[in-house]
Amino acid sequence: MADYDIPTLKEEIDRETVDQVLALDVDKYKYGFETLIESDVAPPGLNEDIVRLISAKKDEPEWMLEWRLEAFRRWQTMDEPTWAKVHYPKIDFQAISYYAAPKAFKGPKSLDEVDPELLKTYAKLGIPLKEQAILAGVEGAGEPTGTPFSGNVAVDAVFDSVSVVTTFRAELAKQGIIFCSISEAIREHPELVKQYLGSVVPVTDNYYATLNSAVFTDGSFVFIPKGVRCPMELSTYFRINEKNTGQFERTLIIAEDDTYVSYLEGCTAPTRDENQLHAAVVELVALDNAEIKYSTVQNWYPGDKDGKGGIYNFVTKRGDCRGTNSKISWTQVETGSAITWKYPSCILRGDGSRGEFYSIAISNGYQQVDSGTKMIHLGKNTSSRIISKGIAAGLSDNTYRGQVSAHARAKNARNFTQCDSLLIGDKCGAHTVPYIESRNGTAVFEHEATTSKISDDQLFYCQARGLNEEEAVALIVNGFVRDVLQHLPMEFMVETQKLISISLEGSVG
Amino acid sequence: MTTPVLEIRNLHARIEEREILKGVNLVIPPGEVHAIMGRNGSGKSTLSYVLAGREDYEVTEGEILLNGENILEMEPDERAAAGLFLAFQYPIEIPGVSTMTFLKAAMNAQRKARGESELSTPDFMRAVKEAGAQLKVDSDMLKRPLNVGFSGGEKKRAEIMQMALLKPSLAVLDETDSGLDIDALQVVSKGVNALRDGKRSMLVITHYQRLLNHIVPDVVHVFADGRIVESGDKDLALKLEAEGYANYGGEAA
Repeated sequence: MADYDIPTLKEEIDRETVDQVLALDVDKYKYGFETLIESDVAPPGLNEDIVRLISAKKDEPEWMLEWRLEAFRRWQTMDEPTWAKVHYPKIDFQAISYYAAPKAFKGPKSLDEVDPELLKTYAKLGIPLKEQAILAGVEGAGEPTGTPFSGNVAVDAVFDSVSVVTTFRAELAKQGIIFCSISEAIREHPELVKQYLGSVVPVTDNYYATLNSAVFTDGSFVFIPKGVRCPMELSTYFRINEKNTGQFERTLIIAEDDTYVSYLEGCTAPTRDENQLHAAVVELVALDNAEIKYSTVQNWYPGDKDGKGGIYNFVTKRGDCRGTNSKISWTQVETGSAITWKYPSCILRGDGSRGEFYSIAISNGYQQVDSGTKMIHLGKNTSSRIISKGIAAGLSDNTYRGQVSAHARAKNARNFTQCDSLLIGDKCGAHTVPYIESRNGTAVFEHEATTSKISDDQLFYCQARGLNEEEAVALIVNGFVRDVLQHLPMEFMVETQKLISISLEGSVG
Repeated sequence: MTTPVLEIRNLHARIEEREILKGVNLVIPPGEVHAIMGRNGSGKSTLSYVLAGREDYEVTEGEILLNGENILEMEPDERAAAGLFLAFQYPIEIPGVSTMTFLKAAMNAQRKARGESELSTPDFMRAVKEAGAQLKVDSDMLKRPLNVGFSGGEKKRAEIMQMALLKPSLAVLDETDSGLDIDALQVVSKGVNALRDGKRSMLVITHYQRLLNHIVPDVVHVFADGRIVESGDKDLALKLEAEGYANYGGEAA
């Protein structure tokens, strides 16, 4: 008699999630609602006065304002990059408003002071901001809400340009962990911010990063002191609400020697006809033996079925493995945005450091994705691993763009890259653009790539077993992304499987 | 008179411009096992695809009744939920989806289509354990992606296991013996025979008589040039084995 295990939890979740989600209404983008809340919005346009206004709104010290102004001056001399395989009408940077905050907002508060309208918004998004209840052990307070941001997860909630609340701060502070909005960090921990801000993504790095440096509004700040393993998942939930605004968030995570932190990021926006700009910068610093795991489920509004509206997502994310044997791991699930331009990267500076990039990028309708990673090997015995799964459906274009390079000093650098693309239908495109360069005879780089289609045979087989066409596609796609899914925190995995089904609705037949 | 499980009336079907089924008539009462034998290219496999509802084939005339209900307008998944099962001659690989996950997905999809509640995990496990033991499908095989890297025998055992779990009223077995050595053939046949319960009907499509030594049919039909040309009891299969298909027109295969 064979020995039977109960199915692994993953498999269980697999099925249940797909089923639940398939049972959902065809309401394709379920986060498209708008919160009617009075806002304090800066007039559209970008000039030095706006930069000063943002800085003043945030009570920033002089040095920060100078930093911003320098970035702004630099930005004015720069040109928008055009090398990505994405097409969109020229963005009018003077038509965008660069600051929006719920009125009467005076910095993050304790939960009972937060506007109930905002709390309702987050409840609707499935983001529980009820730390007290969880801490007090109130029954049901830590129950899963069916989103990654449930249970014992500390959340920084960013609404348009401001962080409205950060939960579990006191708990974390007991271990010396700082988790707060970047605005607060600038005021309260200037020495750390000065030391690390812009040290991974320099002010002059690229057009959007420079813009962000000038006008960034809020985001999260994390500091894990030497020797501490962060006891809970940290997360930021970004929400764009206001019309005609851009969101420019800035996140900085510092992991000192011998630390570990896992960080999750999620984002949504209301359904709107016009395009909105989101240009974030995320910087990670890992010192000796530190490990940072950064996971994103990006679900910005992708635009409607005719390609109208949607978020332009131009993001610079980079991690610096500064210490020996440090490790940074990026896991991303990209399902939203009209345009995605995003390359979470690792600088493998410390000897023996390791970088990882696991990505699932799904595009449907008129979405355009140009995403990938850079693994820059500088130290000895550094290694990196890239697994990218691109799924294109509808009329979308999905490009993997990745760079792997080994510096002359990077003895024994190792990289393994696997890029798989899956096409659904015959009007979409998948492209793989790898750049590989080695200045070092001892480096070993491997690159594998495949492109496949969901075959009629596979669909017919699944249907002959009782799955309808959409269930069949969801199952096959979930199988295709399996090796990346396994790197997501459990809660994100559930969310991702839902998203896969929803994102691919209407992609067949 | 009881309603036949399957009734095919004057079925004509074509793929592109080529007519392949040219007036098939067949009635299978509950509990009976019928075999269809014919040379390669006679249209046997087409019949199985048309029954299951594959898109590429166009039915130009005739009817297919499953338990008295015309299924021609139904999608393949609706036919499956209505009780039709096709064991594929060449089962398809589904990378990254474990056999276990696939089984549960299929069972629950059919239950949902019939308005039944989802299986609980203990019930599902019990059913899998039972079906797996009979067909020598162990937990290791259940964890592997469906059909990916499976041997010929493993593929066919997985097919019959799905049939055991999905409990169809009509099972169509398309060349189930192809790719099987004699030991695997015995395991598979035993599994199929265990599913003969006096109510479930089967249509066994095969080129060779040897399968019918293990799965003994009630009726044997000879298929040639897109229709059934002769029917008889199991001895007809032996006669075909001895004489070949030469008497039924066309060239010997």
